[in-house]
Parts: sequence; structure tokens; C-alpha cells
Amino acid sequence: MTSLGWVLLLTALGTIALKGAGPVLLHGRALPQRLDGVVALAGPALLGALVSVNTFTDGQDLVVDERAIGLAAAAVAIRFHAPALAVVVIAAVVTAGARALVG
Amino acid sequence: MTEQTRGYREGARAVAPLAIAVGAFGISFGVLARAAGMGVLAPILMSMTTFAGSAQFAAVSVLGAGGAAATAVIAALLLNARYLPLGITIAPWLEGGVWSRLLHAHLMVDESWAVAAEGEGRWNPRVLLAAGAGIWIAWVAGTAIGVASGDLIGDPAAFGMDAAFPALFLALLAPMLRGGKVHAFPGVRFAGHRPIQAAVLGAAIALALTPFTPEGIPIVAASLACLLGLIPQRRREVDT
Repeated sequence: MTSLGWVLLLTALGTIALKGAGPVLLHGRALPQRLDGVVALAGPALLGALVSVNTFTDGQDLVVDERAIGLAAAAVAIRFHAPALAVVVIAAVVTAGARALVG
Repeated sequence: MTEQTRGYREGARAVAPLAIAVGAFGISFGVLARAAGMGVLAPILMSMTTFAGSAQFAAVSVLGAGGAAATAVIAALLLNARYLPLGITIAPWLEGGVWSRLLHAHLMVDESWAVAAEGEGRWNPRVLLAAGAGIWIAWVAGTAIGVASGDLIGDPAAFGMDAAFPALFLALLAPMLRGGKVHAFPGVRFAGHRPIQAAVLGAAIALALTPFTPEGIPIVAASLACLLGLIPQRRREVDT
């Protein structure tokens, strides 16, 4: 197999192993109730990380760029209970506008 | 969002706003992969089987720069390591056998996982499946368009599409922070400031580690913020 073939195969197998480990190995097993509080916080913790990494990083660099303005606009829209579609569009339009202004 | 009333339709609808952005990034992935010498079929195959945007971009950029195959695989898998904790969160909510579980797991990407979250540690497998399928179609179709017809739309960032993702994640995070009740221990309820602490701590851990660790590690480490749930909650501020 070519080295590109190996990359495709190993990346796909490794990814499905990472994604599937929890769902397959925890099959039919409820997590201990003691961990309920931990699991309940996994969503907020990971979403907080996804928001910050997708807004304030570029590779291994910490950056504040036009995405931050778009996210701020999204936060205002969320504050006024805008639907998700509107929030996403507002963030994209504001970010694009800021980029166009900065040039 | 208290009852498990959302189904496949709601999942597809919830993810629709992102399908355009995902498709646009699929096109740029196809263009980049072709330019990196991967040909036409391999990038499409990779989008179908690996189905993880940032990891695929990382692998292709390593290959395009003449890096070793092993380096490309490791870079991609580090970026996908966050799917281990994400997979654990959805595991208790999946029904069916191993293949059904693997299908749900395969269709789990950040966006489908996020829209399937019901709060209080619950996930909706139907929403996950429909949303994941919608994103998969957009990603694979975008990749095919990119490798076949080249750069149709230019840089998705020029349209602000890179900001669509954190905006969606924030929109899905917000209801979890609005004072929903969390059952920490049997019989003990506390108001929603714990989720806020977890979100802020998760964000802080991820940003603090970014300069010092390979890409992908910060988000995995941020999942440790949920260990806040192990600390017994003192009932000093009762607002119920």
C-alpha cells in the first residue's frame, strides 16, 4: 500500500476508535450515579473550550481577531433569544464585515 | 428541551444553518488536498471515513509540506482525541448494538454532538444521527466539489464562515448556563452556577494550554473541568 493509503486507513481507524470507544465499551452500562454531576458539566466544559479555541486561537497562537467581534455580536443576539440560525448568520456577517473594513 | 421530544427532523433542522459553512470548508479541504498531491479519490474517501474537519486539514497540510505519513496520522489523531470524552458523554443515551453505536459515533462531530445536547448531561441520539448525517453529506459533497472543480468560492473566512462555528457553540452553551437545575447527587439540587464555572474553566484551560501543547490537546484537557462536579456543593446561595 502507498503511504497515502496508510494515512487514509490509519487516520480513519484511529478516529473511529476514539469516537467509538465510549459508545461501544460502555455498552449497556450506566455510569455510577456519583458521576452524574461530572457528566452534567461535560457539556458546558467542552462547549466552553470549543468556543474559546475556535475564536481565540490560530494553530498554537493565541489571537484576538475579527472572529471575536463576530462572537460578541452573536452573544448579543443570544441575549435577545435570537434563533440559532440568526445567531450563526449574524456572527458570519459581522466577522466578514470587520474583515472587509480592516482589509 | 426537558423531554426527549426532539427527533430526526429537529436534528436536521438544527444543523441546517451550519451545513453551508461545513460545505464551504469541505470545498477548501478538497482544493487543499488536491494541491497537496492527494489526487481526486483519496480526499473524498478521507472525508467519508475520517469525517473530522480540523484533523483532515492537519493531515493534508503535513503531507503537502512533505512530512512523513506517521506525522500526518499523529497530528490528525491528536486533534481527534477530544472525541474520546465526547463519545463518553453520548454513550449512555445510545441504544442498539455495536454497529448502531459505531454509526452514531462516526456521525458525531463537534456540531452534531453540540446540537444533540439536551442539558443536564443528556444527549438525544436521534438528533445526533440526523444532524451528523446532514453535516456528513455537506462535508463529503463539499470535498468532492473542491477536488473536482477547484476554488469556486475562495476563502470561506472572507465570508466570516469560520466565526459560524464558535457562534453556534455559544448559542448551544447559553441555555445550559441559564440556571437549569443540575442533579449533582441524589436528592441534592443546586442552581446553575456550576455549569458557568465549568464553561469558564474549560475555556481557560484550553486557552492556557494552546501555546504549549500540540493542537487538539487543549480541548481534551478542558474536559477535566467537569470534575468540578465531584466537589460537594455547599448550599449557601439558595435561589429556589
